[in-house]
Amino acid sequence: MSSAVAVPHQPAEEWTQPSRGVVGMACLIVAESAIFIIFVVAYIFYTGKSLTGPTPQQVLDLPIFATVCLLSSSITVHFAVHDLHLNKVARSAWWLAATILLGGIFIVFTALEWYKLIVHDNLTIRTNLFGTTFYSLVGLHASHVLVGLLMLSLALIFAIRGKVTHHHAERLEVLSLYWHFVDAVWVVVFTVVYVLGR
Amino acid sequence: MATQTSATATPARAPASSPGGFFALVTEWVTTVDHKKIGIMYIVYALLFLVVAGVEALLMRIQLAVPNNHFVDPETFNRLFTMHGTTMVFFVGMPILFGFGNYLIPLMIGARDMAFPRLNAFSFWISAFAGFLLYFSYFAGSGLYGAGTAPDVGWFAYAPLTARVFSPGHSTDYWTLSILLSGIGSLGTALNIVATTLCMRCKGMKLSRLPLLVWLYLVTSCMAFVAISPLTAAQIMLLIDRYLGGHFFDTQAGGSAVLWMHFFWIFGHPEVYILVLPAFAFANEIIPVFSRKAIFGYPAMVAATVGIGFISLGVWAHHMFTVGLGPSANAFFTFTTMVIAVPTGIKIFNWLATLWGGNIHFATPMLYAIAFLFQFLVAGLTGIMLSASPFDWQLSSSYFVVAHFHYVLVGAILFMIFSAFYYWYPKMTGRMLSEKLGKWHFWLFLIGFHLTFDFMHIPGLLGMPRRIYTYEADRGWAIWNLIVSSGAFIQAIATLIFVYNLVHSWFKGEVAGPDPWDAWTLEWSVTSPPPSYNFATEPVVESRRPLWDLKHPEDPDASYE
Repeated sequence: MSSAVAVPHQPAEEWTQPSRGVVGMACLIVAESAIFIIFVVAYIFYTGKSLTGPTPQQVLDLPIFATVCLLSSSITVHFAVHDLHLNKVARSAWWLAATILLGGIFIVFTALEWYKLIVHDNLTIRTNLFGTTFYSLVGLHASHVLVGLLMLSLALIFAIRGKVTHHHAERLEVLSLYWHFVDAVWVVVFTVVYVLGR
Repeated sequence: MATQTSATATPARAPASSPGGFFALVTEWVTTVDHKKIGIMYIVYALLFLVVAGVEALLMRIQLAVPNNHFVDPETFNRLFTMHGTTMVFFVGMPILFGFGNYLIPLMIGARDMAFPRLNAFSFWISAFAGFLLYFSYFAGSGLYGAGTAPDVGWFAYAPLTARVFSPGHSTDYWTLSILLSGIGSLGTALNIVATTLCMRCKGMKLSRLPLLVWLYLVTSCMAFVAISPLTAAQIMLLIDRYLGGHFFDTQAGGSAVLWMHFFWIFGHPEVYILVLPAFAFANEIIPVFSRKAIFGYPAMVAATVGIGFISLGVWAHHMFTVGLGPSANAFFTFTTMVIAVPTGIKIFNWLATLWGGNIHFATPMLYAIAFLFQFLVAGLTGIMLSASPFDWQLSSSYFVVAHFHYVLVGAILFMIFSAFYYWYPKMTGRMLSEKLGKWHFWLFLIGFHLTFDFMHIPGLLGMPRRIYTYEADRGWAIWNLIVSSGAFIQAIATLIFVYNLVHSWFKGEVAGPDPWDAWTLEWSVTSPPPSYNFATEPVVESRRPLWDLKHPEDPDASYE
C-alpha cells in the first residue's frame, strides 16, 4: 500500500514545474521588499519632521559614481550567469570578479559618505529623525549589498578552485536574482533619499 | 498486500524501536530534516506553549472572577496578559498550523519532502528558540536595572510604552527579539511551503487538482511574506530606538506613536487571516470526508481564499478607529472590513452546500467542524458590528472586542485544530484517538467555550475595559465575570481530557491502518505513520480525489474533469 497510487490511464504528459531555487528566491525577494517598503514609508513619513538639524539639503551629496557602479554590476553579473550557462567558467569568473569590484566600490563610497556625515557634519543615528531614518534605510540596503558580496565572493572562490561547472549555472542565476533585487532597491532608495527627500 | 497487512498490525514506530537508546533518539530528532518529524516537533512544542499560555489565561480569570480581588498583583497581571497574547499568537497558533502544514503538504501533493529540508529544520529550531527566549525573560528580564521580569507592554506593545524611559530593564527587549526570531522562522517555513507547492508536485497534480488544504496554505504563506515582514521591520526600528538611541517612535523628538500602530496592525490584521486560513483548510478536508461528498464549489473556494488574502491586507486600521484618522479613512476601513465578509460568506455557504444532502458521520472531527461553522459565523457577525466605526468607538478596547476575537481564535481556529488532531492523529501515530474521550472533550469544551465567550460580550457592552486588573462590585460586571471564569475552568478540564487522550491513545489506541476514514487525498494512501520516504514510487494523479479513483475504478472523478 505504501507503493504507488497507480491510476494508469492516460499516457504521461509533459510534466514540468518551476525551479525551486528561483521560486524560493522570489519569495525571499517579496518578503524583503515588504521590509524595505516599511523603512521607505518611515523615511518619507518623517521627511522634514526633524526638530533639529542637520537637514538632508545641508549634508547629502548625490552619489552618482557609486550608483553607476552598483547598477553596472547588474550587467556584469548577468554576463557571469550567461557565460556559465555556456560552460565558459573562466570568463564567468572574470565577470564575477568585476561584479564584486563594482559592488565593493559602492560599499567604499557609502563608508566614505558615512564618515563625512558622522565626523564632519555631526549627524549620527541619534541626532534627529533624519539621522535615524537615513542610517537605518541606507544601512539596511548596505547590509544587503554586503551579504550579496559575501555570496558572490564565495562563488568566485569556488570558480577559481575549479569547483564550478555549467551545472551550477542555475544556482548562480538564483544568486544573481538577489543581486538584481539589491540593485533595484537602490534605485528606490536613491530616488527617495537623494532626489525627492533632499 | 502483504506489506499492508504487516503495517496495519504493528504501526512502525521507527524512533521508539531504534537501537541506541535515549541519546540516539534525541540525536535523531534534533538532527532530522524529515518534514514529518519537524511537523510533529512543531505541534508538540505548540502544545507545550498552549498549556503554558492557557495557565496564564486561567490565572487572569481567577483574578477577574470576583470584584476587588488580589489573587495576583497588578504588575503580574500586566505580564500575564502580555505573555498570554504573545504566546498564543506566535508560539501556539503559528507553530501548530505550520506543524500540520509541514506534515501534510508533501504527503498530499505526492512529494517525498519539502523543497528545502534543511531550511525547514532551521525555521523550526529558530522558532522554538524564540519561544524559550520569551520565557527566559522571567529569569533574566530585570537585567542590571532590577525593574520588571517578563514583558508587560501588551501584545501589541504600543509606543511610547516600549521606549527605554518607560520600559527600563530588558523585558521589552526579550519580547522584541523573540518576535523578530519567530518572524524569521515563519518566513522560512512560508517560503518552504510555497516552493514545495509550486515545485514538488507529483505527476498530474496540477494546481487545479491540489487538495484545498494545500491551496489555502499556499495563500496563507504568501500572506506571511507581506504581513510578517512589516512586523520584522518594525521590531528592527524598535531595537534601533532602544539600543542605538533612534527616534522612530520617540514622540519627544518628533517621532510618531501612531506610526507604530500602523506598522503593527499592517502585520496584526493579516495575521488573523494567516491563522484562520489553515483552520479553513482543515475544514475543507474534513467536512467533505464526513459528509461523504466532494467539496462543493472548489474553484469558488480557491477564489474566495485568494480574495480574502488580498482584502485582508487593506483592513488594518479598523483596529485604530479611536485614534482619530478622519472620516475618509474611517469610511474606507469600515468598507474594506465589511467587504471581507463576502468571500468568507462564500466559504460558509460552500461548506453548508457540502453538508447538504450528504451522508453525515458524526465522528469527533466532524463534531468540531460543525461547531466551528456556527461559531465562526457568530464571530464574523460581531466582526461586522465592530467594523462600523461609530459602533467601534463605543466598544473599542472593551471586553466585547476581547470576546469577539476569542470567538475567532478559540471558537473557529482552536476548534478546527482539535478537529485536525482527531482526524490526522491516526496518520501521524498509527493509532486512533479514543472516540469516547473525544466526545467528552468535545461536549465539555463546547459548554466551557460558550459559557466563557458568549457571556464575555455582556460586560463589554456594559463598559468593562480590557486589561483592567480588577473592578468595583457596584459596576454590575461581577456575575458575568464569574460565569466567564467558571467556563474557563470547564475548558481547562476538557483540555486535560484531550491531553490524556493524546498520551493514552499513543500507547493503547486502536490500530488505525492506512485509511481509517475512507478518505480521498494522497496522505491516506501510505502506511500510518508513513515511511520516511513517504512514497516508494512517485504517485500519479488524474483528479482532485486520487484515492476515490483508486477505490472506484468504475466511476473515477477523472471522467468528470
